[in-house]
Amino acid sequence: MLVFIIRRLMQAALVVAVMSVLVFVGIYMIGDPLAILVSPEATELDREAIARSLGLDRPMWEQYLAFVGSALQGDFGKSFVFGQPAIGLILERMPATLELALIATIMSVLIGVPLGLYAGLRHETVAARAIMAGSVLGFSLPNFWVGLMLIMVFAVQLGWLPASGRGPTVDVFGIQLSFLTLAGWKYLALPALTLGLSKCALIVRLARATAREVMLMDFVKFARAKGLSEKRVIGVHILKNIMVPITTVTGLELGTLIAFAVITETIFSWPGMGKLLIDSIVHLDRPVVVAYLIVVVLLLVLISLIVDILYSVLDPRVRLGDAK
Amino acid sequence: MVATLQVENLETHFPSRDGIVRAVDGVSFAIEPGEILGLVGESGSGKSITGFSILGLIDPPGRIANGSIKFKGEELTTASPERLRQLRGARIAMIFQDPMMTLNPVLRIDTQMIETVQAHEKVSEAAARVRCVETLKAVGIAAPEDRLKSYPHQFSGGMRQRIAIATALLHKPDLIIADEPTTALDVTIQGQILYEMRKLCRETGTALIWITHDLSVVAGLADRIMVMYAGKIVETGKIATVIERPQHPYTRGLIGSVPGAMPRGKRLFQIPGMTPALINLPPGCRFKNRCARADATCEAMPELAELQPGHGVRCHHPFGAEPLTLAEVR
Ligand SMILES: Nc1ncnc2c1ncn2[C@@H]1O[C@H](COP(=O)(O)OP(=O)(O)OP(=O)(O)O)[C@@H](O)[C@H]1O
Ligand code: SF4
Ligand SMILES: [Mg+2]
Repeated sequence: MLVFIIRRLMQAALVVAVMSVLVFVGIYMIGDPLAILVSPEATELDREAIARSLGLDRPMWEQYLAFVGSALQGDFGKSFVFGQPAIGLILERMPATLELALIATIMSVLIGVPLGLYAGLRHETVAARAIMAGSVLGFSLPNFWVGLMLIMVFAVQLGWLPASGRGPTVDVFGIQLSFLTLAGWKYLALPALTLGLSKCALIVRLARATAREVMLMDFVKFARAKGLSEKRVIGVHILKNIMVPITTVTGLELGTLIAFAVITETIFSWPGMGKLLIDSIVHLDRPVVVAYLIVVVLLLVLISLIVDILYSVLDPRVRLGDAK
Repeated sequence: MVATLQVENLETHFPSRDGIVRAVDGVSFAIEPGEILGLVGESGSGKSITGFSILGLIDPPGRIANGSIKFKGEELTTASPERLRQLRGARIAMIFQDPMMTLNPVLRIDTQMIETVQAHEKVSEAAARVRCVETLKAVGIAAPEDRLKSYPHQFSGGMRQRIAIATALLHKPDLIIADEPTTALDVTIQGQILYEMRKLCRETGTALIWITHDLSVVAGLADRIMVMYAGKIVETGKIATVIERPQHPYTRGLIGSVPGAMPRGKRLFQIPGMTPALINLPPGCRFKNRCARADATCEAMPELAELQPGHGVRCHHPFGAEPLTLAEVR
């Protein structure tokens, strides 16, 4: 188990190292941060002073080594724009993104699993076909379009829900959370729906496919032959088998959800890391971009670790020690 | 005495694009308490579907199209789903062919056994657990208290089949349908399980339908035997009568293919050909294209006729008193 975790962390370190190089080179190629940071009227002397204070006067490889040196001591540099530690900026906005992604995931599981299960068990019915047609739409509609349509309908036309922002939050151990109040939910609903829709469609399809596979298994027939109620056959014997792949996929998809949150956060002006990333890229605020990517990679590693542990809990045939 | 099970002219059909698959086509038989009935036939002859029909577990669009199934006098073909559920697992139990597939891989053994007890009786979990432990002991599982906490993958095939059998025995059913329960196991374990099942049936008066494609398995186990071919019963009678004087050419072929039935050194005899597809069957005897005795009369379907009391044969040209020889079979 410990070996397993250490191996995972080493993989993560490798990814972070490669990525930081790419980001450095990438941003260097996109443009010169100074052009954005320094006003056009500034004198050449001012420019140089600012460049020196940000370390931008040195050659790129030197900048990179300096970054690595301080990063190893836990210092990821200061934002060019805000002048605050980049990592602090990210962590400050992380709860908003995580909350959005988690609520979107939970919503997509709670809606997707029952729909998929129904579509699988009653696959010849009209309702099942309608569900599958719906899931194709959910899959293929672009994220931003869904977001805009939801805003059009629920915010502009009906006026039921706010179109943007995060609204009131509740402070829990220093973390700001929306989902504890009704007012918070009003702000959360549309972005979470937008973000979760395609995941929900994916879960519907996965649940349907596994349900159709599992329902033909001998152990389901044996469960019926034991005289179990239909409720128990479906709710325990079939559902528990479906939850194994659902948990794995959902967990792994949580990572892409966090990444996709960038688009949704921008549409709804949700104050999360994704919106910060977009703003930072626009301003060529390299330290923030690098810090964002590092945080996200670590997050993904953590998620896949949790998924593996959950998987072994759900499927007793899997033991972590054997996982390669 | 009312029979444990009385099946009359059972027909189970599966509609398909090319026509109706008549998996079970006019099967009638009865079984008394404590009796062991062997149901023998090649793969695809409709043995399992006969068993599932009795339990009301035919997967749609398949359905029981005709006939009657009376369990201790109660009609099952028209019974409500809830009534069938009450009977399944409690009064009528079934054991499946492949022990690797019958237990749910993600649930512990205790969950799977206790739920069976509680599906039919309002008892506490502790009481149900005690019952499970006792039943597991009865089928020869050592330290059942500990084994109950395991998952199916932690057991061998033989142990899993014992667990499935124990599960079937939890409510001391009146009828057990065992669908080739030992085929997947090695010969020693097969023998043990056969012996134990037979003992249990004798002791408790449970009627047992033992489905198999291997005649030698039921030869030492059953009281009566029923040979099935392409959805129809072709021969039925006391085990000794049928084995010593098989009347139907198909039964003779089956006996010929049992090791030991033929003189040493002779190659094991196999019936040439295959079971016909059970779809759009031509009229006449279904065995005719594989039968050495077939002639023009076989273009009409023979009736299941009693040659002697209790010995029925569906053939225009039964063997009568002729002894069993290899040449005859060919
Ligand atoms: N769900 C189904 N749909 C269509 N046909 C089916 C279905 N289930 C069974 N059949 C047909 O019914 C026939 C009898 O099947 P059954 O499973 O009873 O055979 P069996 O005698 O138990 O054979 P085996 O020894 O292989 O278990 C087969 O020919 C099969 O094609
Ligand atoms: S009826 Fe004719 S074809 Fe059928 S088994 Fe008897 S002899 Fe053979
Ligand atoms: Mg079968």
